[in-house]
Amino acid sequence: MTRWRPRLADGTAPVLVVLVVLLVALAFAGPAYSEPAGYLALLKRAAPLVILAIGQYFVVVSGGFDLSVGSLVTAEVVIAARLISGDDGNTAWVIALLLGFGVLVGLVNGLITTKLLVPSFIVTLGMLLVLDGAVFLWTGGAPRGALSPSFRVFGRGSVDLPLLGAVPWSVLILLAVLVAAVLFMRSGTGRTLLAVGDNENAVRLAGGRVERLRLLAFVLSGVLAALAAILLAGFAGVSAQVGQGLEFRAITAVVLGGVLLGGGRGSVVAAAAGALSLEALFSLLNLVGVSGALESAVQGVIIIAAVAYAAHGAGLRQRFRPRKAAPSLP
Amino acid sequence: MNRKLAVVAFAGALALAGCSSDLPDSGSAGTSTTSKQNAAKSEFFDQAEYERQLKFRSAKAVDLDGDNSQFKPWQQALDPKMVDTAKYAKPGGGYHLCFSNASVDNPWRQVGWKTMQEEVKLHPEITKFSTLDAEAKDDKQISDIQSFASQGCSALIVSPNTTATLTPAVEAACKTGVPVIVFDRGVKTNCPVTFIHPIGGFAFGADGAEFLKEKVPSGGKVLALRILPGVDVLEQRWAAANEIFAGSGLKVVGVEFTDGDAAKTKSIVNDYIQREGKIDGVWMDAGATAVAAVEAFQDAGTALPAIVGEDQQDFLRMWAKEKLTAVAPTYPTYQWRTPVIAALRILQGKQVPQEWVLPQPKVTQETLQNYIKDEMPPLHYAMCGCDQMPGYPQPWK
Amino acid sequence: MSVVQEKVPVARRAQPAGGRRFAFTPTVTVYLALAALLVVGSVLVAVDGGVLLDQGGILNILTRSTVLGLVAVGQTMVIVTGSLDLSVAYLIGLCSLVAAETMAGQGSMVFPGVALALAVAAAVGLVNGLVITVLKANAFIATLGVALILRGWLEHNYTGPAGSVPRSFQHLGYDRIGPVPVAALLMLLIAAGAWWYMRRTRPGYHMYAVGGDIEVARLSGVRTSRTIVTAHVLCALMAGLAGVFLASRLGSGAPYVGTDAGYDLESIAAVVLGGAALAGGRGGVVGTLGGVLILATLDTIFDDLAVDPFFKDVVRGVVLIVAVALYARRKLTSGRAS
Repeated sequence: MTRWRPRLADGTAPVLVVLVVLLVALAFAGPAYSEPAGYLALLKRAAPLVILAIGQYFVVVSGGFDLSVGSLVTAEVVIAARLISGDDGNTAWVIALLLGFGVLVGLVNGLITTKLLVPSFIVTLGMLLVLDGAVFLWTGGAPRGALSPSFRVFGRGSVDLPLLGAVPWSVLILLAVLVAAVLFMRSGTGRTLLAVGDNENAVRLAGGRVERLRLLAFVLSGVLAALAAILLAGFAGVSAQVGQGLEFRAITAVVLGGVLLGGGRGSVVAAAAGALSLEALFSLLNLVGVSGALESAVQGVIIIAAVAYAAHGAGLRQRFRPRKAAPSLP
Repeated sequence: MNRKLAVVAFAGALALAGCSSDLPDSGSAGTSTTSKQNAAKSEFFDQAEYERQLKFRSAKAVDLDGDNSQFKPWQQALDPKMVDTAKYAKPGGGYHLCFSNASVDNPWRQVGWKTMQEEVKLHPEITKFSTLDAEAKDDKQISDIQSFASQGCSALIVSPNTTATLTPAVEAACKTGVPVIVFDRGVKTNCPVTFIHPIGGFAFGADGAEFLKEKVPSGGKVLALRILPGVDVLEQRWAAANEIFAGSGLKVVGVEFTDGDAAKTKSIVNDYIQREGKIDGVWMDAGATAVAAVEAFQDAGTALPAIVGEDQQDFLRMWAKEKLTAVAPTYPTYQWRTPVIAALRILQGKQVPQEWVLPQPKVTQETLQNYIKDEMPPLHYAMCGCDQMPGYPQPWK
Repeated sequence: MSVVQEKVPVARRAQPAGGRRFAFTPTVTVYLALAALLVVGSVLVAVDGGVLLDQGGILNILTRSTVLGLVAVGQTMVIVTGSLDLSVAYLIGLCSLVAAETMAGQGSMVFPGVALALAVAAAVGLVNGLVITVLKANAFIATLGVALILRGWLEHNYTGPAGSVPRSFQHLGYDRIGPVPVAALLMLLIAAGAWWYMRRTRPGYHMYAVGGDIEVARLSGVRTSRTIVTAHVLCALMAGLAGVFLASRLGSGAPYVGTDAGYDLESIAAVVLGGAALAGGRGGVVGTLGGVLILATLDTIFDDLAVDPFFKDVVRGVVLIVAVALYARRKLTSGRAS
């Protein structure tokens, strides 16, 4: 893997432009956005989706889908409420268990995809059904128990930092995840992961462990979904539909960031920026008073436009490169 | 292969039986031809029904067994017009009750469903209780009701998924001669023996709006949070509130849909706090996200508004803890007990109200403590009428 | 162009209609599984004191199969072509509304109502196809985007069921011959037509070619874009028919009748259960119908046994994964053998 170097920042610029335009528009639309606190609130609100989008990015860029993240988020929140049942003493081990559960779900998704050769779309669709059913089977239909104040700090509370003032925990966690993700994608493993999505056989021939990398992507997606669930539960409390539709929203965000479905192209920063843009867009629509009903129509137009732009703009030079894997070994 | 299959199936079917239809005969009352055409938002406001519901709020509840010793609203009716059920009488017990449920996909229905199951256990004369869950699919519920036709039900209880679309199926069920009991949402036909429901959406919406009108000073800003458009019960709640706000000095700064999602609710409320500076009152068409709304104010560090919630434990606990200025209209889950009671009355030949309107109490500051149950889950609905049932509290936990 | 460009390390074979030897192909497997399910289900229900395959049970299974069958047959075409349609659920709701509102309770408007609903469906399918082929958007995103736009339209314009169909039209939803609903027979007839189209005509063969390997198909002179657009229009027409049928059954149009039932993902599940490869090039109407019948039978068995609805989801998920894992295993071994 020395000769072949994908460009990591491929296609990051357009989404950053979109993001800046949206942020400036927000400043004009709402007085709250004329000061940093407003943007900090936006970041805090967007943190779970951005983290989910980063997780989804790993899977998408390696050529798969993870449709199970939405129901995984719901499951994690319901599990957290039941196990903590309002007791601060339970916070620490439950958080560890939640992250472990995220890893486990990612492992199962990844193993079935790589070992049993089931397309990830189907695996994660099945996982979506299983998680949705199993968690409510366990709690008898509705969430039980309650979250503890110390658990909710991560999604709701702030920490006082010198110079910056009160910064929400979720923003700090988000930054940590983002930095870690960028560093990971710059590492050899990250580059190979990207290459798996682009041309798996090349990676295989070069001695890359394709299955292991794919597995890693699903595990990362699972554990980040668990983290997003912790932030969401902290932010908004227990609810039975907290994760509803998040899988499609995360995929939308990733696509908005110019990441190619099918893998091989796109940067993690762009995926995160895509998620932030989506959240900023919803805030903007709300501020200027667009009816909630049209929100989804706007979202639909935007993702089609984003993909079409990616295919026609940045995609031109790729046109003559066959996208399909070359016929594999006999 | 496929063609052969079709041909075989066709021929076989022809041999088996002649053509038949499960479509009910025409001419029965209120077939869907009069259904609302492309209902606009305002169309949900119905002056006569609105006034009727507001009047029900002060009507005297009648206990059908004359047992007024205790608070048992699930066996009371407001202004009942009784109908004779002698033709359905089937003394001797051994009843097979059938229940076509719309879904159990939200905590309200979960609490209700558990309450109904416990109610069934109270009556040894019910020897079999069959239930089919339509999983919120109209089409499945139609099939469900059809398949009960061949199962020898003594009585059929239906909780329709939607009003207009389930009407033909309920009509067909009535035609089989089994007594049909409809509760929660209605259907557009009079053929069920009784239709059980609390007062309704207008009264619910009005309870909350009147509270805000009283507590928020004139000129104050009110934010209305709704779950989603198009559900008639929820539309009625908003239509009534809208009517009351229109005649008040209150300024409704926004009407938003939250999808019942706590995170979205918090974001919306946060946006409004930023946009308006101060919100004096929050009206909600359902309380599921009331806690999230209050938290948004806490997180923004602004004064807590007067708020309309519902009887869920998490909201009631927060109300007590934060000393909120609040009211909780209810859409009582105890109404799930009534259909079983009604079915038994019908099978015993006792009269029931044609339209069984249940009282629809609200939780106020004065009654708040009665409804806080610390051992119950956060999304438990307090107005379940279940805390005196023998099995309480285990099944609801 | 395939949506799920997961490159399974086995040569994907664009399996033509010919050259079949009797073997446990996915189609055979799915019907064996269906038979096994019926036997096991009958025993379980009998132990519980009921009968699975009495008149009511058969009626139930077939009624449940009708709508899902229509949608899934359409979905088969796009999936075989290497595409995917996530917009069918909202399209079903839209078409039920268009049909019911046009009819407005008048018997004379039945034909215009159906025609208009199908025209709307075809237009949506055309948009799906064009977004994929002209704008070069990934099918997942293209149809998700169209689904979101349809959803916005429905949410903005409708607050609940609207329109009404005349009684004469309701016979479509309720008439039956013995235990067999007329609509189920019509669905089978349409499925037979789809089978003939996919297996016996040149455009149908092109679908397999495009789904198998779009580059090879293009190099062999197949008009790939036209094939993809056609598949999407046909798929949308099927969803339109499903919407029309539901309008007849419900008596009016309902905006969320398709999404409440989750026909988008459910139809994909049925197709995949029937042995189609999500990457395209493999699968067929017969297998899909088997998948549909399995799902409908499972539902009916669960109902007879009064199984907790949450447990149903778990079983559905497991069945889906296990089935596809079995197919993948088979493909792996047969791929190595050939």
